[in-house]
Amino acid sequence: MNEDSVNTGRRNFLIGATTVVGSAGVVGVAVPFVGSWNPSAKALAAGAPVKVDISKMSPGEILGPIPAWRDKPIFVVKRSDVMLEELNSKNDRLADPDSQREQQPVYAQNDTRSIKPDVLVLVGLCTHLSCSPKFRPAIQPEVFDEEWIGGFFCPCHGSKFDLAGRVYTGVPAPSNLEVPPHFYESDSVIVIGEDEGTA
Amino acid sequence: MSALQQSFKNMMDWVDARLPVTETYEKHLSKYYAPKNFNIWYLFGVLSVVVLVNQLLTGIWLTMSYVPTADGAFASVEYIMRDVEYGWMLRYMHSTGASAFFLVVYLHMFRGLAYGSYQKPRELIWILGMLIYVALMAEGFFGYLLPWGNMSFWAGQVIVSLAGAIPFVGDALATWVRGDFNISGITLNRFFALHVVLIPLVLIVLVFLHILALHEVGSNNPDGVDIKKNVDEDGKPIDSIPFHPHYTIGHDLPAIVAFLFLFCVVMFYFPDGGGYLIEHPNYEPANPLKTPDLIAPVWYYTPFYSMLRAATFPLFGLDAKFWGLVVMAGAIALPVVLPWLDKSPVKSIRYKGWGSKIFLTVFIISFFILGYLGVQHPTPGRTLVAQICTAIYFSYFLLMPWYTSVEKTKPVPERVTMP
Ligand code: HEM
Ligand code: FES
Repeated sequence: MNEDSVNTGRRNFLIGATTVVGSAGVVGVAVPFVGSWNPSAKALAAGAPVKVDISKMSPGEILGPIPAWRDKPIFVVKRSDVMLEELNSKNDRLADPDSQREQQPVYAQNDTRSIKPDVLVLVGLCTHLSCSPKFRPAIQPEVFDEEWIGGFFCPCHGSKFDLAGRVYTGVPAPSNLEVPPHFYESDSVIVIGEDEGTA
Repeated sequence: MSALQQSFKNMMDWVDARLPVTETYEKHLSKYYAPKNFNIWYLFGVLSVVVLVNQLLTGIWLTMSYVPTADGAFASVEYIMRDVEYGWMLRYMHSTGASAFFLVVYLHMFRGLAYGSYQKPRELIWILGMLIYVALMAEGFFGYLLPWGNMSFWAGQVIVSLAGAIPFVGDALATWVRGDFNISGITLNRFFALHVVLIPLVLIVLVFLHILALHEVGSNNPDGVDIKKNVDEDGKPIDSIPFHPHYTIGHDLPAIVAFLFLFCVVMFYFPDGGGYLIEHPNYEPANPLKTPDLIAPVWYYTPFYSMLRAATFPLFGLDAKFWGLVVMAGAIALPVVLPWLDKSPVKSIRYKGWGSKIFLTVFIISFFILGYLGVQHPTPGRTLVAQICTAIYFSYFLLMPWYTSVEKTKPVPERVTMP
């Protein structure tokens, strides 16, 4: 019997077997390390829906101090009639005027990006790199835009959004501000963080 | 031999038979032969070690009073500054040290570029150096969140959301990194662990390997002359002197003293560096609902931040935001392959041709301009300048195979020239 060949075969088998088992082990042990970085049960619970009362809001106002959902600022804006009239007057300056990209639930995929025409609910984080844009509601020339018809301006890298959170063209932000899932529990109370009937 | 010397020798013999202390001392210090024509550019490696030690020590002392929670962090930093004895000094040593670290490392890297220290056989020294640099950037980023000031928060926010620019998996990845839907105490706590345990360990191992690799092949020098070609009868290079005591006492020690003197001037008189070393919005606690008016990173990241912002148009159906990430990551990673981009037969810029000289100069100038633009509000004009400088940054590397092979080099002398 050739001793060498016996040894080689056996060695290769052992190397193969230990490699397979070893790799499985490495993958297995990586799971808890990677998994522990996911949002914890506590973080998920803290991310539960929030209720917002809009009964005291007057037209043209943003709700402040701003409520937060999942620690993100939420903008609730009650648009005035003038604002709504102007809203779709300069749609050619917008990157996605018809809200084609999925930045909103289907029930907000309309001209005003809202359930009730006047009440706008947005996640107040710029779609560029997540700064919080400033509310600039006045219909007047601004330093950053001569033909401003009201909206949000992000100070970080100069992105502009209209009063429906739709992004202008030629700015770093690629998409419209996100509309979070929300529904009306009553006429004046909005539940932000889930769609109607899912809870 | 006196009795004392004899017993010392006996002791060392006993130790050396078990642990190679004398051998290591000779190999790395007293019989480590370094080129005799080192100049000031050869100080920054040692100075990096000095700053590394400073960061480790002051960092450990800071953790003794720092609290890594959303509720406690900002207050604990104030507590360190006001109530802990010498706490302010430990903190300023650490925060000034962070900037000093990048300063000496940038100068150290520039030396490598100028003298072709990355060329064969020092490729691994260079690659390990680049890994150190990336680890250092990560270390600085994680550490920056810890004071939980408003700039900490929003800088963290902006950089983590960069991950969100990756198509498809981006948002999930950003949530995974944060451990939450937005930057929160959970993020703070994990960044603390990375900043004080994981990355420092990685850095120490990398620096160890970096120096081990250096001592295997020996240092390059300002002439790029291979000193191992001219050896005396003992096999010791003629153009070399033992590292210890010549360089340690005669070169490095005075430099360390001078450096620490400058360091103290900054630390005691300009600890926040006019808002560039510690940024003003960071004197306010983190507020997830209020973005500072200008988010500018600390000076040592600004060139790359400018490149990130310079990508303003979508391409191939992917957002500008994604390309910004690609440009920035590419700019940081590209120098890794430098040893294979340089086709020049000579190492040092002293003997390279005009092509290399012009490209290196323009490259350094662009890097400074990008650094300046990174702390300014972007305007269309500035963005254009940033785009041009970004192009220059990349061409320095990508065109190197071309300009180093067509240019006319000067003959390299046989022996080193003394400064
Ligand atoms: C913690 C950071 C670092 C430390 C402590 C460190 C330490 C050192 C030391 C002590 C030397 C020998 C002395 C000298 O040549 O100055 C050296 C050489 C060298 N380092 Fe570093 N280094 C660091 C980062 C880097 C980085 C970021 C790079 C580049 C990517 C780099 C590239 C090199 C090269 C190429 C050499 C050889 C230089 C030559 O022989 O001409 N190092 N380093
Ligand atoms: S984060 Fe708003 S423009 Fe960059």
